[in-house]
Amino acid sequence: MPLPAVPTQVAVQMIMPFEYLDHTADVCLRGTGETVEEAFCEAARALFNLMVDLERVAPKRSQRVSLFAERLDLLLVEWLSELLGQKDLTDLFLSRFHVDIRQGKDGFHLEGEGWGEPLDPPRHRVKLEVKGVTYSGLHVAHEGKIWIAQCVVDI
Amino acid sequence: MSEEFTLKRISQSEWLLEKSGEMRVPGRIFADIQTIEQLQTDVAEKKEWNALRQVRDVACLPGIVTAALALPDVHPGYGFPIGGVGAFDLKEGVVVVGGVGFDINCGVRLLATPLHKEDLSGVLSELADDLYRTVPAGLGSEGKLRLTLDEIDQLLREGARYVVKRGYGVEEDLVHIEEEGQIPGADPTVVSRLAKQRQFRQVGTLGSGNHYLEVQTVVRIIDPEAAAVYGLEEGQVVTSIHTGSRALGHQIGQDYLKEMEQASRRYQIPIRSRELVCAPILSDEGKRYLSAVACGSNCAFANRQVIAHLVRSSFARILGLAEEKMHTVYDIGHNNVKVEHHLVDGTTRALLVHRKGSTRAFGPGRRESPPAYRAVGHPTLVGGTMGTASYVMRGTNLGMEKAFGSGIHGAGRALSRRKAAKKYWGKDVKSAMAADGIILREHSLRGVAEEAPGAYKDVERVVHAATDAGINQPVACLRPLLVIKG
Repeated sequence: MPLPAVPTQVAVQMIMPFEYLDHTADVCLRGTGETVEEAFCEAARALFNLMVDLERVAPKRSQRVSLFAERLDLLLVEWLSELLGQKDLTDLFLSRFHVDIRQGKDGFHLEGEGWGEPLDPPRHRVKLEVKGVTYSGLHVAHEGKIWIAQCVVDI
Repeated sequence: MSEEFTLKRISQSEWLLEKSGEMRVPGRIFADIQTIEQLQTDVAEKKEWNALRQVRDVACLPGIVTAALALPDVHPGYGFPIGGVGAFDLKEGVVVVGGVGFDINCGVRLLATPLHKEDLSGVLSELADDLYRTVPAGLGSEGKLRLTLDEIDQLLREGARYVVKRGYGVEEDLVHIEEEGQIPGADPTVVSRLAKQRQFRQVGTLGSGNHYLEVQTVVRIIDPEAAAVYGLEEGQVVTSIHTGSRALGHQIGQDYLKEMEQASRRYQIPIRSRELVCAPILSDEGKRYLSAVACGSNCAFANRQVIAHLVRSSFARILGLAEEKMHTVYDIGHNNVKVEHHLVDGTTRALLVHRKGSTRAFGPGRRESPPAYRAVGHPTLVGGTMGTASYVMRGTNLGMEKAFGSGIHGAGRALSRRKAAKKYWGKDVKSAMAADGIILREHSLRGVAEEAPGAYKDVERVVHAATDAGINQPVACLRPLLVIKG
């Protein structure tokens, strides 16, 4: 089934990678990008890719979030944990993301949107549930030419 | 800079991580040489996560008493190591979210049946199909019991008792659940609305990851006296349910991780790693978190109670077994924090004991054990891998002295999920189990690969180390006949 059109800025970020680092009990996910926003989007894709086959999740419906944290790394935990928590209320599993981050006087504001569809276990080839987002391995930084957004999630 | 950890061997299966630097107490690790070598290799290879560092960092926390402990199933976690135990003075100490984890009171329920292995011949596959249909499992599964917000609050206060009142299981079950399935002090107002809303559809669901439902047979009795007390005999069919507090517990963990991050800064607690964010036990934040953990624990007890009922209904349908004939042997959690009384340097003290991937394992004579089990101590339930074996163990007097009455909870992972998924194919794992006569019904083949028996340490070795250290005593060995994986 062809995927519906998505906003261009979202399509562009799809080519940016995410990966998983070795952790014995759980999983350390890492999103990267040319901007911190792209890295946050990739970290979110890494999160949902642990639960479903991302390529099979069509961006049919969207969900917006608005968050604040004092620091960028704490903002990453807020972002991922918000997406994780909301999925049980909306039933939406997301595969595409767009994020804007603005630095304010007291910290960082995030306006984000995710696109996805309600879970369909056989079609989405479900994998495992993610229980929570930890401060372990938490790292958001501009290294060389790329931004990294990573942390350990509990499986 | 490379890290150095000096380990002193106390006995075959006990090691001391000597106090140094900011450590307030030493670390004490109960493990065999292979496990210790693995932990040291992680350090030498500069792995980002190593359990020795985690033991050391726990030993640096304010108010920690005697030693930071790791049990034979130790492996790196976040905050505490998995298989970690930390006991804290109530006045000076802290309560640590990473000492409990997100799956609050994740644990195991063991149900006994009057059946023997032969009684299942010819119907095992049918039983597997029925259990697979009856017990909701896997990502996105939904329970049959739908609760309103008020009802969720009642469940959080009353735990397993609440769902028994709703017709799931019998009153007799409660006697054989740790803390009778209802931890006091659970105030639902300290649990966020989001946590409760996430639970609406998840009561009575198994989840995924390492959670499972197994129909097993008792293949070996090691401690006949305790086995008789627990009602276990060779050849008997039993059922184990491994699950936790589901989304409600996860959200409590997430909410309080954030709150404790702020509390750690506010109280200027000297933590070595952000994974160990915490609050003074007696602070408002500390008290609220402990009450939230009680809520999460009660949710987990209720969850296992509902699933036990569903399992009984399957056995009734397929084998005609009356539901009251499947007794609860015990139900015990392994991600907890509890106020307990322990003898420290000759004085009985109230301590806050965190157990992350570790169970309570109280030896003979403790009033916390059900009356019927008090003489030998309550059972502890050690989940093995789905292709090998699980164990029923019990606590010992030595374990009370040396390990705050704590026990191993499983085999402990040896390979990361990523490495396991690279090394094993879910279908191959399933075939290998089938060749061993074990039926597997799974919701995710990827999950099966990650949970392959080879991804875990050898449970026999872990049980042996706990036994050799004298902290736990094996009672019975259980082998799976059929496995339902989320």
